[in-house]
Amino acid sequence: MRRITTPQELEEVRKEIQEGRDPSKPCVAITSGTSARAYGSEKVVDAFREELKRRRLGKKVDLRVTGGQGFDEREPLVIIYPKDIMYQRVGPNDAGEIITETLMNDRIVDRLLYANPQTGEKTVRKDEVPFYKGQMPIIFGNNAYIDPTKIEDYLAIGGYSALVKALTEFSPEEVIDTIKRAGLRGRGGGGFPAGVKWESCRNATGDKHYVICNADEGDPGAYMDRGLLEGNPHSVLEGMMIGAYAIGSDEGYVYVRYEYPLASENVRIAIEQLRECGLLGSNILGTGFVFDITVSRGGGAFVCGESTALMASIEGEAGEPRAKHIHTVESGLWDQPTNLNNVETWANVPLIINKGADWYRGIGTEGSKGTKIFSLVGKVNNTGLVEVPMGMTIREIVYDIGGGISDGGRLKGVQTGGPSGGCIPESLIDIPIDFDKLDEVGSMMGSGGMIVMDNKTCMVDIAKYFMNFLKDESCGKCTTCREGTRRMYEILDAITLGEGKEGDIELLEELSWVVSEASLCALGQTAPNPVMSTLRYFRDEYEAHINEKRCPAGVCKALITYRIVKEKCTACGKCKKVCPSEAISGEKKVPHTIDPKKCIRCGACISECNFDAIEVV
Amino acid sequence: MITFTIDGIEVEGEKEQSVLEVALDNGFGIPHLCYHEALKPYGACRLCLVEVTKGGRTRLTTSCNYPVLEGISVQTNTEKIMRARRMVIELLLARCPDVPVIKDLAEEYSVGEPRFIVDHDDCILCGLCERVCREVVGADAITFLGRGSGRKVGPPLEINPKTCIACGACVYVCPTDCIKLEETDKERTIVRWGRTLPMKSCKVCGRPFAPWFQLDYFGKITDGIPKDFWDTCPDCR
Repeated sequence: MRRITTPQELEEVRKEIQEGRDPSKPCVAITSGTSARAYGSEKVVDAFREELKRRRLGKKVDLRVTGGQGFDEREPLVIIYPKDIMYQRVGPNDAGEIITETLMNDRIVDRLLYANPQTGEKTVRKDEVPFYKGQMPIIFGNNAYIDPTKIEDYLAIGGYSALVKALTEFSPEEVIDTIKRAGLRGRGGGGFPAGVKWESCRNATGDKHYVICNADEGDPGAYMDRGLLEGNPHSVLEGMMIGAYAIGSDEGYVYVRYEYPLASENVRIAIEQLRECGLLGSNILGTGFVFDITVSRGGGAFVCGESTALMASIEGEAGEPRAKHIHTVESGLWDQPTNLNNVETWANVPLIINKGADWYRGIGTEGSKGTKIFSLVGKVNNTGLVEVPMGMTIREIVYDIGGGISDGGRLKGVQTGGPSGGCIPESLIDIPIDFDKLDEVGSMMGSGGMIVMDNKTCMVDIAKYFMNFLKDESCGKCTTCREGTRRMYEILDAITLGEGKEGDIELLEELSWVVSEASLCALGQTAPNPVMSTLRYFRDEYEAHINEKRCPAGVCKALITYRIVKEKCTACGKCKKVCPSEAISGEKKVPHTIDPKKCIRCGACISECNFDAIEVV
Repeated sequence: MITFTIDGIEVEGEKEQSVLEVALDNGFGIPHLCYHEALKPYGACRLCLVEVTKGGRTRLTTSCNYPVLEGISVQTNTEKIMRARRMVIELLLARCPDVPVIKDLAEEYSVGEPRFIVDHDDCILCGLCERVCREVVGADAITFLGRGSGRKVGPPLEINPKTCIACGACVYVCPTDCIKLEETDKERTIVRWGRTLPMKSCKVCGRPFAPWFQLDYFGKITDGIPKDFWDTCPDCR
């Protein structure tokens, strides 16, 4: 990549790249983000590379290795262009067949197509797969077209044109004004208007202004930022550069959690390429703009997603938050004005600059503009990352895009916002996804985690799960969070063990109040949310555990019994064979029985039984 | 001078002072455990909570690290504050039921038997020891270790704190009295950190008065003091 020193040169380079590409040329794109790699995508890539080489097709067929494309549970995906044919769950041994059938003979390999789990209907084109059809992937969709380690791919789809526009057609204040008018709200969880934050930071006094990209993404089950950073790091960096220009910053940091090595690496490569061609450094594009970015890696702490703890971590201190009445936009990193935004927030910026605030305002609801990427996980058929316009209902996401509840279960609720969020019961799933609407019902948008729960999910167990996470991740500085979260966990644990007592719910409510009111940072302040929201909508489950020593969902092992239904049992003996604790007894032709004292409720017998003869009570 | 009110009464403070400092100077009894006038505020114990109204908005905040501002009104014992304060004490009492200062607070605020499983810890993680060591003494020998419920204070890697001069400042500031200093003729030990240092005796009266290592340290960080100054004890100087 040659050095680019003016906007004209950038356009020349872009044109060169685009003209060297033929959209009708066959291209095999293979997803190879972290999810796909867990399924062995690297071997699939190698297999295709070798096969194409062996058949001397290397020049006739392009091979593109992309980041994740959202439909994680079906990856590795192989998409054949220009026809947009999508194959899913592709293995290395399928490479030969795909090349022969589809590339050389224009035939479809039927067995690798996506099939609707409920109807069996198969889909050929990626954009017709129900999972993709319902989405509006204006941010995440570009992952399909680029190899994240090649800046040329990003340039080919128009990358850095927004930066040029911002630097040459807008003053810094005009950039801020555009972002304000667009109504972009933080995508990391806070939902704070980004333009307002940028403006406060710009106006704050300090020798140095910093911009930070928060890629700590600690919420269990949330991996949108990972998907963006791995698959399209330049979109995030371009956003940061535009922000830096607007704020008056010459130094930026991308803070990536330690557990994201691929994201970290791809961002690093992208930054290197930008430095090489002169898009990072001094006098960028000849405009006098100076900016460079450093990648800073976390050490494995959820609390470092909190902005003041994150900044302490960059400074080399332990990740502990400090009092928030001194805003970080005024005094943040090394006590200088600092603007921190989430990965997805930054990725929205180039789009807004290019297409304008009015265009952006056309998407979403009154209070929440644009789209949001959610990680749709849990008891849903189609698991993965989905990008939808604000205002779409949870029902549409779970059923139309998610394909409904898996394993024949019934929807019970959806958890949004991670450990700081709450559960939205089935009765409320027609609410539109919107920052304020989700707050109203006791949950929050959070970073975008969306965990689908069915009737076999115990809500007390869920609250316990989150509280266990929070008590381990609390930095431990302030009394209320450190002591409060572990005491809440203790009470929840006791309840799930059948040791709940009268007054436990009230004590949980009291602790929730103090921890949320008196804690130092947002981790503590939102820690009680999973408990509060499950109590709000599923109080009866808590009461059943405490008063009746019963777990209605049949989950809490101490409160359930496995019982063989005599009328259904055929005495086939399979359960007896598979039981690890020898708890099942019964002679031939006599209905078997389970000894509750020996039974450990592992569920092996239920899996083995072909007659549905074992019930959980 | 910055003028504001505490519980309706007009008070004055200087720029850079905290609400807690001014409150204490004026006789308002706000409880606190992790604050010390010689050290930077930390905001960890959560006992010094007050309600501050600024520009029409009221928030519950710690007073030890909240800067005094013209025109704010501070409340020190609203129902909300009491509710929070009593739970903080109950949580501390459940952690450290045998610590006198916590028992006193419990009595003062009518906090009964804790409703949680009682531990028998002696440290409330106020951080005064590690702050005095770093900010005042400059030895920086101890630090916070671990996270969440596993958090504790100690030397890095929990091995011999190589820079500890056994001055006893940590012993002095600790509100729960859990850091003990033991001394024999020959050596002084800060028990909690496992630091034992041999004592130097006074050239004049022969009494062991300070560890050799400590006197060397003072010699290094001071200027223009004759070497034999460190050979005699304070009484004999």
